[in-house]
Amino acid sequence: MSGSFLESNVIFQEIYCVLAGSKYAGESCSAQGLLPVGYDWIGFFIAGFAIMFILANAFMLGAAVFVYSERRLLGKFQLRTGPNRVGPFGLLQPIADILKLLMKEDIVPNGADKPVHTLAPIVMLAPAILVTAVIPFGSGYFLTDLNVGLLYIVAVSGMITIAIFMAGWSCNNRYALFGSMRGVAQLISYELPMVFSMVGILILTGSLSLIDVVNAQDIPFILVQPMAFVIFLIGTSAELNRTPFDIVEAESEIIAGYHTEYSGIKFALFQAAEMGSILVSGAVVATLFLKGWEGPFLPGPIWFLIKVYGFVFLMIWVRATLPRLRVDQVMGFAWKFLLPLSLVNIFVTGASVFILGDMENGVRVLDSVDLLLVGAINLLSLIACLVLAGFFMKTKASGGRSREILVSEFDPAGREVLT
Amino acid sequence: MTYGLGLFKGMLVTLRNFFRPVVTVQYPDRRVGIFYLAKKANISVIRFLLESPRESVKSLLGLVRVPVYVEQNPRFRGEEFTWYEDRCTGCASCAKYCPLGIIRIETHESGEYLQEGQSYFVDTFDIDIGRCMFCGICVEACPYDALFMGTGFERGRYQRSELVIPIEELKAASKRPSTWFRPQLESQKFDPWKSEADWETVGREAYKWHPKRPAQSGNPNQEDQVKE
Repeated sequence: MSGSFLESNVIFQEIYCVLAGSKYAGESCSAQGLLPVGYDWIGFFIAGFAIMFILANAFMLGAAVFVYSERRLLGKFQLRTGPNRVGPFGLLQPIADILKLLMKEDIVPNGADKPVHTLAPIVMLAPAILVTAVIPFGSGYFLTDLNVGLLYIVAVSGMITIAIFMAGWSCNNRYALFGSMRGVAQLISYELPMVFSMVGILILTGSLSLIDVVNAQDIPFILVQPMAFVIFLIGTSAELNRTPFDIVEAESEIIAGYHTEYSGIKFALFQAAEMGSILVSGAVVATLFLKGWEGPFLPGPIWFLIKVYGFVFLMIWVRATLPRLRVDQVMGFAWKFLLPLSLVNIFVTGASVFILGDMENGVRVLDSVDLLLVGAINLLSLIACLVLAGFFMKTKASGGRSREILVSEFDPAGREVLT
Repeated sequence: MTYGLGLFKGMLVTLRNFFRPVVTVQYPDRRVGIFYLAKKANISVIRFLLESPRESVKSLLGLVRVPVYVEQNPRFRGEEFTWYEDRCTGCASCAKYCPLGIIRIETHESGEYLQEGQSYFVDTFDIDIGRCMFCGICVEACPYDALFMGTGFERGRYQRSELVIPIEELKAASKRPSTWFRPQLESQKFDPWKSEADWETVGREAYKWHPKRPAQSGNPNQEDQVKE
């Protein structure tokens, strides 16, 4: 039996069992598999491929479902109905959209860097699907259990930056270039606090494997690490180019940002990557902060889906509420507020674990009461940071200049008051 | 002052909107659920489910549509005209007054002489809606209250030539005149979205008499004067 990391995978085992038989797949299987003796490697390949096939298709289907649910929910937020004509309740709307995009002409602009232009959507889509490889959807429902899973997610999702820059650069279009420049600046800035907010979880679990992270959550980490949760949420919505951080594709400023010049199936790939990576981020949030697949009564994958769609609803809710920020506001928020906050989070978590944890075999172990205490300290320090920030940032609301000075430039009465 | 409290205020505002009913009026039809159908049939939902399972499954899948009635002001000026053949004398005032000259009228003598003289049959009454600017001067000019602004608004066509309303269509159209520039209709509280108007009732009080009316009935205006 090769591929020990697949041993605990339920789907893999079922398929491998039927194909290879008891000689290779264990005692509980039927004596004679479908494949002849000595060809069990084909079974291994087919079973592994089946999981990948399921994951990739679930990703694309999830993107389609997200498009539908976003349009419907946004409509509800804005007191209108949203798409409800194609199929029952408009459920076939995403399929109609995809068909429309497939039939459109695939335009490559004059003077574009054609290989890069073609490659960019693929580079955009690939990392989003790759992240699904390490996410546990239930106990036994995952592709791999990497011991560096958390690092893998960070590294792979960092590739999206390159894809955005490729798309913007290759198009020979100023708007696209502006969008991609903004995108690169924003993604790099927000990756820092996002990754730092994971460090608190790392301190608590002592492992980078996502399954270990889920198993370590006696109480969901949203209660133990509220500060990290807030930072991670903001960082994620910036990484996904969602409002209020959608300066990358701000349609009122730079048309559509990096995918201005894309049409047809390439545009569909960009859309699928964006929409799908929201679901993937929801999965990461559910794994890191919401106890993963675990929950009462219902089976694991269903709990997981509920948590993911809770995150998706929050994202849509935020999009319905908040307006777009200015570029300097976005960058200032990342560097002046979010990054110090994430450093405070690391310090507070580390210090409270150091004080509260009991040494066992060279590792500090916390019981549930200790975890709740850590959470309380974390929450209190978050509130303290917010109050402090409110105290310092009050006069900085309009680009670093206080309101009085702005008034004085235009109002003679104001100038008199100042002089 | 805590940093970031405004976010939650805004989020609460949108959440309140999320739970409010939808204001969209869907047109030309909308989808209805099982509750609407049961209420329409005046039975409970469970009974409706048992009595017509096919319909209820269709409604649960969102496949049942009912046409939506879009109510407008009675004065609404649509892109069609209402023309009363029985009131028209073929005087062609409308065609003469039309600033764009888009009304084309052809008549022939009926050979019948009434109180006002020779009466005419109208052969052609074409209105080129594609060039019409809906000023309504033709309606104002009509001395016999035969031409009214219409209330239709679904006249999208693929070609300009299809936008010419021929006389057959004017004759066959349902008589739902707009009450624009017709105070007699407004005083009747006539609503074109609810009922049609008969040619005998749409005219002004002073024009009760009509050339096409049989001569035996006499002149209603004179009768009124006699009564007074």
